[in-house]
Amino acid sequence: MSVHISRHVDDVLDNLSTRKDVTILAGGTDLLVEINFGRIRPSNIVAIDRVDELKDHSRNGHIRMGALVTYTRMLETDVGSPALQEAARTIGSPQIRNAATIGGNLGTCSPAGDTLPVLAALEATVVLRSKGGERRVAFGDFMTGPKKSVRRPDELIVAAEWEDAGEAQTYMFAATRNAMAISISGLALVVDRARRRVGVGLGSCGPTIIRATDAERFAAGLFDETGWDRPARPSDAAAREFGRLAAGAAKPIDDVRGTVAYRRHVLAVMGARALARVAVVP
Amino acid sequence: MSTAAPRTRIRGGVGESVERPDSAPKAKGEFQYGSDLRREGMLFGATLRSPHPYARIAGIDTAAAKKMSGVKAIITASDLPTRELFGLMKLDQPVLASGKVRYVGEPVAIVAAETAEEARVAARAITVRYEPLSPITDPVAALQPDAAQLHRRGNVIEDVLVEHGDPDARADVVVDGEYELGMQDQAALGPEAGLAIPRQDGGVELHIATQWLHEDLRQIAPCLGLPESKVHLVLAGVGGAFGAREDVTLQIHTCLLALATKRPVRMTYGREESFYGHVHRHPAKLWYTHGATKKGELVFVRATIVLDGGAYASSSPAVVANAACFGAGPYRVPNARIHAVGAYTNNPPTGAMRGFGAVQSCFAYEAQMDKLAAALDIDPVELRERNALRNGDAIITSQPVEGSAPVADVIRRCADIAMPNGEIPTEPIALPGGLGNLTHGEGVRRGVGYAAGMKNVCYSHGFDDFSTARVRLARDVRGPIAHVHTAAAEVGQGIVTVCAQIARTELGVERVEVDRPDTTIGSAGSSSASRQTWMTGGAVLAACREVKAELLARARKAGRSPDDLGALLEEPIDRTVTHRHRDTEPRDAKTQNQGHVAFLFAAHRAVVDVDVDTGLVKVVQVATAQDVGKAINPVSVVGQIEGGIAQGLGLAVMEEVLLRDGLVRNASFTDYLLPTTLDMPPVVTVLIEHPHPDAPYGAKGVGEPPTISSTPAIVAAIRAATGRELNRVPVRPDDIVFGAPYRSGWRITPGDDPRRAVRAS
Repeated sequence: MSVHISRHVDDVLDNLSTRKDVTILAGGTDLLVEINFGRIRPSNIVAIDRVDELKDHSRNGHIRMGALVTYTRMLETDVGSPALQEAARTIGSPQIRNAATIGGNLGTCSPAGDTLPVLAALEATVVLRSKGGERRVAFGDFMTGPKKSVRRPDELIVAAEWEDAGEAQTYMFAATRNAMAISISGLALVVDRARRRVGVGLGSCGPTIIRATDAERFAAGLFDETGWDRPARPSDAAAREFGRLAAGAAKPIDDVRGTVAYRRHVLAVMGARALARVAVVP
Repeated sequence: MSTAAPRTRIRGGVGESVERPDSAPKAKGEFQYGSDLRREGMLFGATLRSPHPYARIAGIDTAAAKKMSGVKAIITASDLPTRELFGLMKLDQPVLASGKVRYVGEPVAIVAAETAEEARVAARAITVRYEPLSPITDPVAALQPDAAQLHRRGNVIEDVLVEHGDPDARADVVVDGEYELGMQDQAALGPEAGLAIPRQDGGVELHIATQWLHEDLRQIAPCLGLPESKVHLVLAGVGGAFGAREDVTLQIHTCLLALATKRPVRMTYGREESFYGHVHRHPAKLWYTHGATKKGELVFVRATIVLDGGAYASSSPAVVANAACFGAGPYRVPNARIHAVGAYTNNPPTGAMRGFGAVQSCFAYEAQMDKLAAALDIDPVELRERNALRNGDAIITSQPVEGSAPVADVIRRCADIAMPNGEIPTEPIALPGGLGNLTHGEGVRRGVGYAAGMKNVCYSHGFDDFSTARVRLARDVRGPIAHVHTAAAEVGQGIVTVCAQIARTELGVERVEVDRPDTTIGSAGSSSASRQTWMTGGAVLAACREVKAELLARARKAGRSPDDLGALLEEPIDRTVTHRHRDTEPRDAKTQNQGHVAFLFAAHRAVVDVDVDTGLVKVVQVATAQDVGKAINPVSVVGQIEGGIAQGLGLAVMEEVLLRDGLVRNASFTDYLLPTTLDMPPVVTVLIEHPHPDAPYGAKGVGEPPTISSTPAIVAAIRAATGRELNRVPVRPDDIVFGAPYRSGWRITPGDDPRRAVRAS
């Protein structure tokens, strides 16, 4: 096992293009667990946590979050997505929040990755760079399965980008423990009042993060009626219907963390609560 | 004129809250745990474990592994020097599997290599040919006459029947229930670790994180083919125990590798291996029926209890006995029949864990008490108070409760503790789901529940239970100093501080040093059964009093004041004393006789908020009153109580080793959930101090009661908030949301022999 410490993106890209079987180490909060369990034994590790150019974050209507922005920074600065901040807060351990990064979450690409339902609901773009140049992939096309993405072995995730969608958004998840738990299921809801768009991203309930498009259409219809510009509390029946449609998009399995029945049930509850909460936010 | 200083009250004596010597180093990360031990030239050990719950071993090939880099020794069953079996109560567990493996994780081979990684890689390179057999994973199925026999003597580890009064008595009001407890893990934060160093004389020195050095010694030496005199044990820093270190895990393996390589060898389990390496709490299935008069006086309790002992016996016989003896709880029950059986299965072995059998039955009988209160329309606290054991009353084993039995007191004082603020919070972090941001108050309902429990202190049923202490009073340039030496394992409970406090109080000397426990002194017995304060505290007290007597004799002889320590201690005073509690009787076929030394009681009240839509729980407050006899170190007592409640809370709502066909599905702290600070509520504690006449200063032992009745109190509170039956722990979100109660799949009349259970159609 060799560990190479990079300080520049170009150096990382050189390594990725010239060496075989390179594993990128960002915060290490996923990778070290895998190594400890003996599930993987990478031969070449490239540590990127000292690559300062990946720590940039800019927002002026359009947000670009460098891959090494940590959960702690998401919480401490106005990152341009309240839901992303809520997702960062769901990680209970300060040590993990200090180390874990948005790029690492994208790189691991687990259906339980807590920032990912938010990126799905925001319709974010993943920025990938290689020696050959940069390409942008819509989050919906990025993730192809559990811990699988379209990132090529010679590519580095350098940033996530999205359009500022305003304040009407939230993220929540269900777990048996009140902190430091991997979600049984999670749900992100973004109501972009300016662009008249609703995004719903579901986590831990299928092989990838799932967009609940029927629920999105249903909610958009509600806002068409009540007006996108002003806060309005949905009826209980409408909130429940939204939850039902969100849960209907899930493809859950039974595992040690939860059952199919519970995942569907709790997604419906989360959907109803999310809509009721977000619809009253200007 | 006397040169002695005026007599002042010694600081840090009995009854004072004294800071522990290990607290700051532990908080700062400076404490040396077993896993931190090192020696020049040290090798690392690794273990190859069975992937099958039940299989025949057709062959083991170590040739390739032996040639790998850094490998110094590989040992399999065929290389063992002498005795091939060990066990706490029955010799039934192979040091290394030979012929068959009986659970997933059973050690098959051990390796020593220059680095930990080389050892692990080599262990994986050993080829074992298994012929899988059909495992038995339901303990009730294991007891049926048609079940395959996992051990030569059959599948029954222990069978205990307790009968009292007229076991078939009838009553006006009868309630029934069936209950289950999942498998809890002790989850000590410090995984198993030991360092074995070969000695010039052909013996071995083992530094080990354990609960009982001398019992380890008794089991290790024969398996090494050495006399006990050639095996020397020293206590290494223990990172929690909770029962899991009562059994031998890596002790024999580490010594075997050190003797084979003639080099020091350290073995350390990682977190995952720790789940496979040690015994867990017995999962239990219980069937209960309670009868009472219309006025709410208990008439009878009948119960059948099946404990899953897993593949090997460990301490199952004693756990089964406890589940039966305390199966009716801290109440006056004139008539009873409790039939408890421990069964061998192909699940991981189970043994000691805090509460030791009393936990399992308490969950069931306290749910029954609430059912009875509802059926009688009596307040649940009132019903418990009305039936509480009093001094002189007999428990169902016919043994009277003597000395101190403030049962009604703990129940009433607990219920009288001020309730928390009645407002349900709106901040998600203070609500069910916590950091999941799931509710801002939506769906949240509050519930309150009560429970009381009991357990024995010290070892029972005729066991020769003793502790040895050496106290040496001397003087140096700074004045008088006392040294206390015992073999009592400090596992985090605070016995080191208790020993020092007793020495200070008895000898009037402020400087007390407690030496590292080892096997150069006699046994102190186990740091379990809530017994070290009573037993080792008692031994230190007795040794101090002998030292004091000698001091007085010297003073008389010299015509000096006994405070003139400078002159009287020209020669140190050195006394070693063995302390025994009063005799207990061996178990009798049905009544169990005077089986126990004394009893501990506690009551808990839980207040919970439940999000009934998501099935998630936030425990808001736990209030407790506990019978402690006398608090030697009050801050430590409260610490034990809070820690025990955290473990009880874990069992109530999250902690379970999930098994499927004998496979452990969550051997990690990612998926075996322990309560965090956000799950643990404020605890309000009332200490009930009714000194027990036989105990040092009346101190009864405090470690276990907090885990016993906290679980049923929390579940009762969740029942109150949700109206669900919740007859299984841990309570899962599904149980609250969907409400389907647990069903065992077996039909049995409570009190009957579980071998007569019939599969429910």
